[in-house]
Amino acid sequence: MTEGERTTAAAAAPALRPESYLEGDHGLRSWLLTTDHKRVAILYLISVTFFFAIGGLMAVLLRLDLATPEGDLFQDDTYNRLFTMHGIVMIFFFLIPSVPAVLGNFLVPLMVGARDLAFPKLNLASWYLFNAGGAFTLWSLLRGGVDTGWTFYTPLSTVYSNTWVLATGFGIFVTGFSSILTALNFIVTIHRMRAPGLGWFRLPLFLWSTYATSLIIVLGTPVLAVTLLLVVAERAFGIGIFNPALGGDPVLFQHLFWFYSHPAVYIMILPSMGVVSEIVSAFSRKPVFGYRFVAGASVAIAVLGFLVWGHHMFVSGQSVYASLIFSLLSMLVAIPSAVKVFNWTATLHRGAILWETPMFYALGFIGLFTLGGLTGIMLASIGLDVHVHDTYFIVAHFHYIMVGGAIMGYLGGLHYWWPKLSGRLYNRFWSRLSAGIIFIGFNLTFFPQFVLGYLGMPRRYHAYPPEFQVLNVLSSAGASILGVGYVIPMVYLLWSMRYGPRAGANPWGAAGLEWRTVSPPPTDNFTTMPVVEGPPYRYPVPSETPT
Amino acid sequence: MSAGVETATTPAGAATPAHQFDSLDQQREAAALGMWVFLVTEVLFFGGLFTAYVVYRWSWAADFARASRRLDVTLGTVNTAVLIASSLTMALAVRAAQLGRRRGVVGFLLGTMGLGSVFLGIKLLEYSHKAHEHLFPGPGFRFEGAADLRPAELFFSLYFAMTGLHALHMIVGIGVLGALLWPAARGRFTAASHNWVEGAGLYWHFVDLVWIFLFPLLYLVGRHGS
Amino acid sequence: MWELFPEAASTLAGKVDRLFFFSVGVTVFFSGLIAGLILYLGVRYRRRSVDQIGEPERAATALEIVWCVVPLAISLFLFAWGAQLFFEQSRPPAGATTIYVTGRRWMWQVQHGSGRREINELHVPRDRPVRLLMTSEDVIHSFFVPAFRIKQDVLPDRFSVLWFQATGSGSWHLFCAEYCGAEHSRMTGRVVVLEPQEYERWLEAGDRAALPAGASGEHLFEALGCAGCHRGDTLAKAPILAGLFGSTVKLADGGEVVADEGYLRESILFPSAKVVAGYQPLMPGFRGRITEEQLLELVRHLKTAKNP
Repeated sequence: MTEGERTTAAAAAPALRPESYLEGDHGLRSWLLTTDHKRVAILYLISVTFFFAIGGLMAVLLRLDLATPEGDLFQDDTYNRLFTMHGIVMIFFFLIPSVPAVLGNFLVPLMVGARDLAFPKLNLASWYLFNAGGAFTLWSLLRGGVDTGWTFYTPLSTVYSNTWVLATGFGIFVTGFSSILTALNFIVTIHRMRAPGLGWFRLPLFLWSTYATSLIIVLGTPVLAVTLLLVVAERAFGIGIFNPALGGDPVLFQHLFWFYSHPAVYIMILPSMGVVSEIVSAFSRKPVFGYRFVAGASVAIAVLGFLVWGHHMFVSGQSVYASLIFSLLSMLVAIPSAVKVFNWTATLHRGAILWETPMFYALGFIGLFTLGGLTGIMLASIGLDVHVHDTYFIVAHFHYIMVGGAIMGYLGGLHYWWPKLSGRLYNRFWSRLSAGIIFIGFNLTFFPQFVLGYLGMPRRYHAYPPEFQVLNVLSSAGASILGVGYVIPMVYLLWSMRYGPRAGANPWGAAGLEWRTVSPPPTDNFTTMPVVEGPPYRYPVPSETPT
Repeated sequence: MSAGVETATTPAGAATPAHQFDSLDQQREAAALGMWVFLVTEVLFFGGLFTAYVVYRWSWAADFARASRRLDVTLGTVNTAVLIASSLTMALAVRAAQLGRRRGVVGFLLGTMGLGSVFLGIKLLEYSHKAHEHLFPGPGFRFEGAADLRPAELFFSLYFAMTGLHALHMIVGIGVLGALLWPAARGRFTAASHNWVEGAGLYWHFVDLVWIFLFPLLYLVGRHGS
Repeated sequence: MWELFPEAASTLAGKVDRLFFFSVGVTVFFSGLIAGLILYLGVRYRRRSVDQIGEPERAATALEIVWCVVPLAISLFLFAWGAQLFFEQSRPPAGATTIYVTGRRWMWQVQHGSGRREINELHVPRDRPVRLLMTSEDVIHSFFVPAFRIKQDVLPDRFSVLWFQATGSGSWHLFCAEYCGAEHSRMTGRVVVLEPQEYERWLEAGDRAALPAGASGEHLFEALGCAGCHRGDTLAKAPILAGLFGSTVKLADGGEVVADEGYLRESILFPSAKVVAGYQPLMPGFRGRITEEQLLELVRHLKTAKNP
């Protein structure tokens, strides 16, 4: 990206560099009442890391219990609450917000060349809503949690469960609004606040992904909201919308639930795909191959993603013809993802590739996402899905995408933009080591689960036949390694904020408006607002003068 | 005013855009787009309920028709007229803001709030009638002349859920208009900058539109034939 | 003791496995291809100097189209293959023996046509098609036999159908595969496949004496008062039920319906839903007055008895 203007002030010595967003107003109040999108991003970073730790702790407990066939560690009921809360916390309080609310909030104004998002106060309100919803859910967790599975199928959740469905459902409902308002902010910012010269086809691919994600959030989340509201109403007032004893249809619940929850998985993966585009380009020092196709693929995934929800319901009792249509459409939605994978790989060709930590995560994403995505094709084929539905095959499939894909994308993004966010560099050795530990731990945890699933081990099982034990023990061993891998970055990233060497404006020598300003950026992002004069990912970048 | 769509006033009295915007035009366009995106989410929100209603009405056509006849069409029609009138007053409030007419804004906002309150009052009347006739879903539900209570109770569960959600949106709307009265009286909304009134207007028209769909779907089931 | 691949014990199992192996092949091929390319390109095009940049390439629309079309072709092929299997899975052959299954938290209750009942076990004949008619007393369950590669959700207030033809004698895992609460993972059992003659002997034997008094369909037909109207020798005007199952019924509103199990069930619970042409809607509904198990028993009786 060629730059319109540069400032002489920015070329000056460190002593004269503009005050960063981390300096300036001090004290708790200035953070809790901030409207600076970058500070809001840091607030979200703290919140989602907290919830990730809770969800991760539950995962460790689950895998410990599953090391023996009888389930000796917990009682049935406790185990059921653990896996339910693991799903709820990870999906709604970590995976969905992570990349958009942390990296998106930080980068969207920088990448469009604006001083802030369109509605900064609404952004802060989003964070408070997120924590309010989280508080409800945490409260219900402390009171014993929910045991319905994160999918809340009726009439189990509305009539038979004796747990805190109302509180948890309401907590998720409130957090949904946080998600919607963030997406609304992004959509308006990308439409109306782009810098002069920044046309749609000059946007970095992270913005295309964020935009597509925001569209899904805006269209899908309200349907989940009203569905949860109906579940809450059923429990509170004894009405029968989904209860067959009162004339309701439990399969209707599934349709309404999956109408959101399938696009939700694209909410969780698209932003990480955007991160991967940025990293692959930056660490190959060339534009992403097939830029327009990758951009279009993001939108195609968003659109097609709304048409396939019934592939979660092949054996639910829905009609044969509905199942066939959903199967066909599910095959179609795989194509844009394949297009992205091929384009990322092609970007490496004739690149100048640097094997740094963000690139490890991005390339790991591509490999693991390909494997996970192809198992998704297997699931879209009905004859096969009938056998593996509701088994560990499904568990393995979605963890490959969510953990091997989405979380690795998030970590890659954190490592890529950390110098910009914090103004510091982290330790190379530890970052590469933990990436390796995560990769190995992840595969050891989840690959055996494909085998377990085809063997027939159902999901959500506390006790299982003894012949499944060896594979379960392998998986649990992997989980402990994966857990260690996740803790290490928390340590060195935090450490770097105090003791890491200071980062320049562009330590990676990458293209992108966010690298045209000092690290960390000043509150208003740019000393002079940028003007864009060409397509993205243009190398070589102008030499680094802002310090 | 909050949510970042703030304007400041220079000593000369002309409004300036909030710090993240480059011009008042950009700010106005952003505010409008933001409200439209929000309304899209509301369409999907009500859409889920409408979907449930359509599915059950298709399954229990005759029973839903019979249950629907227990609703008071007269009151429903009056309410429809009241809401349409309130949309008129709301549009006039926006117009007054566009022309910078302070008293017009306040007056028409008050009129809209009044009509909205009339709507809610009539709704409350209807609800109390229904409660009296044991048509509130739950253990006390009674519906004479039906071998199977379930579809009738389902109809009324959906009736209360849908109109209740709508009424909640009306209450929020009236609250928002009320919050605009004081700044309007102080002359805060000028021809150059009145995004809040425009946004509130969009929201109000949307809530009206939801009712336009609710009324025939719930009140006028099978009335043409019978 | 551990396994890596389930045994195939039904006519369908081998077919599902073939589709599985092909899909695994596709998965391994493309994952390996991408991983290999990444490693190769990542090494071959390593950055060799600090200022080195990559060489931007022209967009290659032809290439983009190729790698849209090829994956599309493969996935459509998988769709078609899976769909074909699915048709086979959803259509029980004519002449399949029907066995009645009720799921409830947390056990499977099985009722054979002869009256023999079992809990958490399902005895079936080898090499004969078997059709399961299933319902739930409470929440959604799912009947899953990995060795047969079959699964179907079992819903309250509705019948679901599942069919298979076992090819392997022995005893196979039965799991509940839809989370149903506290003891979901203990709602398991065995499908026992016997030689056909053994199965016939088994059917005749065993605990029909253990049938709770008054639980058979024949008894229920009298005890619940059905005989009072539905016998030809009474004065009340109600449709005669002999030969009803499988026939086409003309309804009072002009429509027609095939009298399958679902129709029988609905007519017992909500008789006014489909009134037979020429009759008044006088029959009381049995909703709330009859359990799912009793309902299944009555339906079984109506299907099999010559003169109910």
